[in-house]
Amino acid sequence: MRLSKSFFKKLFRRKITIIGAVILVIIISMALLSPLIAPYDPMKINPIDRLQKPNSTHWFGTDNFGRDIFSRIIYGARITVLSGFGVVIFSIVFGVILGSLSGYFDTLGMFIMRIIDVVMAFPPIMLALALVAILGQGLINVIVAVGAVYLTRTARITYGLTLKIRKDAFVEAAVAEGAGNGRVLFLHIIPNLISPIIVQATFTFAFALLQMAALDFLGVGIPPQIPSWGNMLSSSQDYITRAPWLLLFPGIFIVITVLSFNLFGDALRDRLDPKFKDEL
Amino acid sequence: MLAYTFRRLLTIIPTLLIASILIFSFMHLMPGDPAAVMLGTNATPEQVEKLRVQLGLDRPIYVQFATWLQEAFRGDLGDSIFFQSPVLSVIQNRAETSIFVATFSMLIILILGIPIGVISAVKYNTLLDQLTMGFAMLAASIPTFWLGLNLMILFSVNLDWLPSSGFPSVLESGNLNNLKYLILPCITLAAPNSALIIRLTRSSMLDVMKEEYVKTARAKGLKESIVILKHIFRNAIISIVSALGFTFIALLSGTVVTETVFSLPGVGRLVVQSVLRRDYPVIQGIIFVVVILYVFINLLTDLSYAFLDPRISYE
Repeated sequence: MRLSKSFFKKLFRRKITIIGAVILVIIISMALLSPLIAPYDPMKINPIDRLQKPNSTHWFGTDNFGRDIFSRIIYGARITVLSGFGVVIFSIVFGVILGSLSGYFDTLGMFIMRIIDVVMAFPPIMLALALVAILGQGLINVIVAVGAVYLTRTARITYGLTLKIRKDAFVEAAVAEGAGNGRVLFLHIIPNLISPIIVQATFTFAFALLQMAALDFLGVGIPPQIPSWGNMLSSSQDYITRAPWLLLFPGIFIVITVLSFNLFGDALRDRLDPKFKDEL
Repeated sequence: MLAYTFRRLLTIIPTLLIASILIFSFMHLMPGDPAAVMLGTNATPEQVEKLRVQLGLDRPIYVQFATWLQEAFRGDLGDSIFFQSPVLSVIQNRAETSIFVATFSMLIILILGIPIGVISAVKYNTLLDQLTMGFAMLAASIPTFWLGLNLMILFSVNLDWLPSSGFPSVLESGNLNNLKYLILPCITLAAPNSALIIRLTRSSMLDVMKEEYVKTARAKGLKESIVILKHIFRNAIISIVSALGFTFIALLSGTVVTETVFSLPGVGRLVVQSVLRRDYPVIQGIIFVVVILYVFINLLTDLSYAFLDPRISYE
């Protein structure tokens, strides 16, 4: 896939895509530069300042331990982005391996895809909860649990595309030239799957953020001492009537991050998938 | 149609078998001895051994699977460690809430999602279409629990219009007034899923609009409403129906969070409580029931699919 100048020009033709991309850059910068941006230590307990409304000192107010919400949101971006990328990498790597192998080797495909189909019948959050129950809590385990849910979607898409591509003339030519299965799969088929995989990765990131926030809220996600946005919402439940800002700000950040990924994913799909080029 | 139904019924067997193996493996994937994990660190070796025997973990794995499968299809999903009663009756006690929540949410999705999607497609590329799509994307980006908590603050705490939590049984009391407890949970659950149906309806309609027979219908001079309803919508609905099975699963998934937010005594909240209590037989049982439901809903969807488009049953 060549990302030419005209590709980016067409990608950012719609203003809404630019807005989505700018928000994503801001969120990722927040994650990378948290110690430089955050005005306070996000973990520092300060009982005198507890449950302060948003003011000039604490822009987003403080929580029940007197911790600065703005600083916690900035640090929360770090864990949110990190775990989102973790899910994307896990689901894409294993999904592409399983999907492409299934699409290329018929017998193996029949076996693996039947299992994938059945796993897709499990409600996503129930499956993630069941996996967390087996693996135990912790950042890595949550990434694996949520990643396993989305791995099935990636595998399904990759399987369908591999079935289609393997019949293309360039693949048949490579086989005729004596290329082995590994070479055909890794040098000829998988590189041609990159566009739909990038689109899938964007949507996976958005869904994963929602799913992980839900797990945090249910108390089975990332350990509560880590200031993820989901954990901040979870701990705000007891104070929602007295301190609604505890609920408001982390929620808004989740919404705008997910929305930006969805907008960006839509724009990418429109550009990379010929089927959608004429739509919207 | 009969032959198609029979062929479709046969495909259920391998699906259910694989699902059974996966669900059965669930307890055996746990690191360490499942009985010791379930009872926690304070359990004595005698208690652990007793539970091992009770769960049949002392027998060979294939015997365990055969026994579990046989009992599961007879309706015996084992006993809950926390409730000390059969898993199926624990699920039955919580089923009313979840069935009501999922059904009413589905109705909201169908009543709102499909017409809005149709209008958006008909008004393609207008301000109305762009606004609708914008709202749909926003709705799909909002965490369910956050939406629920905000609705609770607005309608229960500030305006005092609707109850904020709980659900007294309608079937036991016969009091239909209790359904008001489900208004906020159903709106919360329906919002993100409506967004998906709106987008799907719109894109299916747009796909069909490009077909030659639609141009022919217009060229014949048919009224636009007839072209939209009889020629476009009638054909677009097939892909919408096929998505309803997935929507149902999304709703079941959503009940886990929604029931927890609104403290509803449903199956979704039971899953969360069982994970926190390490009541594995209940988690296993709920997933088994849900997967069976899903398989049969998908079967019904496929059959209705064949009914809507008779060509399918001849393929």
